[in-house]
Amino acid sequence: MERILFGDNQFFAVNHISDEKSRAQAIKFKNDSAILKTLDYAMDAGINTFMCTTHDRISNICDFIREHPQQYSNFSIYPCMPYAHKYANAVTELGVVGTLKEYVPGNFFGSLFKGGMAYLSKDYLSIMELLIDAEMKMFKGIKTPVIFLQNVITDLLLGLGMTDVLKAFHNYVIKKYNAEPGFITMNLPRLLTVLNEAGIQNPIICASINKAGFRMSGGKKTYEELLHTKKVRVVAMQVLAGGAISAKEALEYVCSLPNIESILFGASSQGNIQETVSLIHQYDQGITSRKAG
Amino acid sequence: MVNVALIGAGKMGISHLAILGAHPDVQVTGVSDTSKMVVDAFRKFSKFPCYTDYEKMLDEAPADAVFVAVPTKYHAVMVKKVLEKGKHVFAEKPLCLTVGEGQELVELAASKKLVNQVGYHNKFVGTFRELKRIVDSGDLGEIFHFAGEAYGPVVTRPKQGNWRADPSEGGGCLMDYASHVIDLINYTLGPITAVKGAVLKPLYSKNVEDSVSALLELSSKVTGILLVNWSDITYRKMSTSVTIQGSKGKIICDANELKVYFNTEETPAGYTRGWNVKYVTDLTEQVDFYLRGEEYSAQIDYFIKAIQKKVPNTINNFQSAWQTDKVISLIKNNTTL
Repeated sequence: MERILFGDNQFFAVNHISDEKSRAQAIKFKNDSAILKTLDYAMDAGINTFMCTTHDRISNICDFIREHPQQYSNFSIYPCMPYAHKYANAVTELGVVGTLKEYVPGNFFGSLFKGGMAYLSKDYLSIMELLIDAEMKMFKGIKTPVIFLQNVITDLLLGLGMTDVLKAFHNYVIKKYNAEPGFITMNLPRLLTVLNEAGIQNPIICASINKAGFRMSGGKKTYEELLHTKKVRVVAMQVLAGGAISAKEALEYVCSLPNIESILFGASSQGNIQETVSLIHQYDQGITSRKAG
Repeated sequence: MVNVALIGAGKMGISHLAILGAHPDVQVTGVSDTSKMVVDAFRKFSKFPCYTDYEKMLDEAPADAVFVAVPTKYHAVMVKKVLEKGKHVFAEKPLCLTVGEGQELVELAASKKLVNQVGYHNKFVGTFRELKRIVDSGDLGEIFHFAGEAYGPVVTRPKQGNWRADPSEGGGCLMDYASHVIDLINYTLGPITAVKGAVLKPLYSKNVEDSVSALLELSSKVTGILLVNWSDITYRKMSTSVTIQGSKGKIICDANELKVYFNTEETPAGYTRGWNVKYVTDLTEQVDFYLRGEEYSAQIDYFIKAIQKKVPNTINNFQSAWQTDKVISLIKNNTTL
């Protein structure tokens, strides 16, 4: 994975600290051209990986990328699935079973329902595979070397103790997409323990890591200890803690930690993108030269 | 260790189960649901003992407490059964369909001395907790006016869904969305005692209202408005906010940010004259396990601690949820669908 990954929250009005800013972002990125322009800024700053949720609008971005192969020859996308609010809102409206009926493609689900027989483990896992395929459709022909499971699903399965489903996601991503599976979580220490117990070694895990300790369940100390002692490929997200701490302070902290393979951030303006990238490089070099010295 | 069973593994039930499953002081001793597909999934992939009949579960599963996360219509009978078995109860909101049913549960829980809580999770959101603290400090001066609002994209097309589209089961935007705002106003500003006018309006739905507009009066005679709409596609998820204007300041608060303006130098500690902005990131306490929001874990933790007698059973108890049910009833009776 590249050191810096570009995120998509700003494009889809995801702002953890302000509804007003969310709306401003929704207005700013109303047109796909605004998203593409911001991706250009990220590429200009040397970032070639876009980590994004499987939001409907991403399929338009994918169309553009496919139509301009030369421009995006070095470009990769790390899909994060599913776009959870789509399902969450559907569950409120249609219920759990109704939502599955709505979103599982083909006749598979209908035929299961008519049977009235006991559901087998493989039936559920087949449903999961169909849902993954449905979410992956938009990325056809685009490099997706890492595919992530969104935190709401990872953490739901983690809390329910459904480790076999996490493992099934892991195996299916490798088998079907020849990609590396990743897990987004707000509960890094617990998830790593569970994945290791399930035989998944050195997994890719994307988690909140920031100086403020925001959304680091179990505490910042536990995270720091884990980063120093465990084998895991971490993508640090929410490094700015939703904007609660200054960019300098935030990035200096995250760059000083071991075992963080990548840093994920999103920004709307060219200035912010450039500033963040150069700060990460600056702190990375500082650490390298200190080590060398 | 507190043994906990759960009735109703739907949207909220599954979320509660995951948090309970990760809680260090909780053992999940039973899950019941009427959907074969859901129960089979838990049988295959989880270690929770599963039941399709909740009464059988209540008889067999060793439980100190039971979570009831079924459609509102069933709360009265199911919660009553759980209380009669001598078990503490966490029920989803709203408490009941009628004021009479709710009163019976409030009285039963009190007479049995059992811990009782309802899932109005906003009270565990850092910004709303701070809102309550500021209002209680009196630094906003005399309260002139308030507005409670909630918007979200639940019903955004003319399609009938599940029980939430059926008024007799507790469906509709008033019970589902507006109840949160009413509860928050009751808690923050004191009880709503009169509804001066209300309009419940279907937008896409056939049988239930998709929006609620009401003019409310508190016991202190302060008045304000309630504006709720779950058919607003411009929101990504539910967004709840409260605005309060007083003689010495004004506060605008949602689940992410709290903006408060003080006209004078008399402010709570940490605030100054003029605008102050605080983010949920500054106001949120760490939880041991996170799913969808700290408040969901915090409310469950509070319930478990109340059973362990570490905290009083005061926030979101049946009594306070029943107050909210009473306001829902006032709004319903003020209007016709």
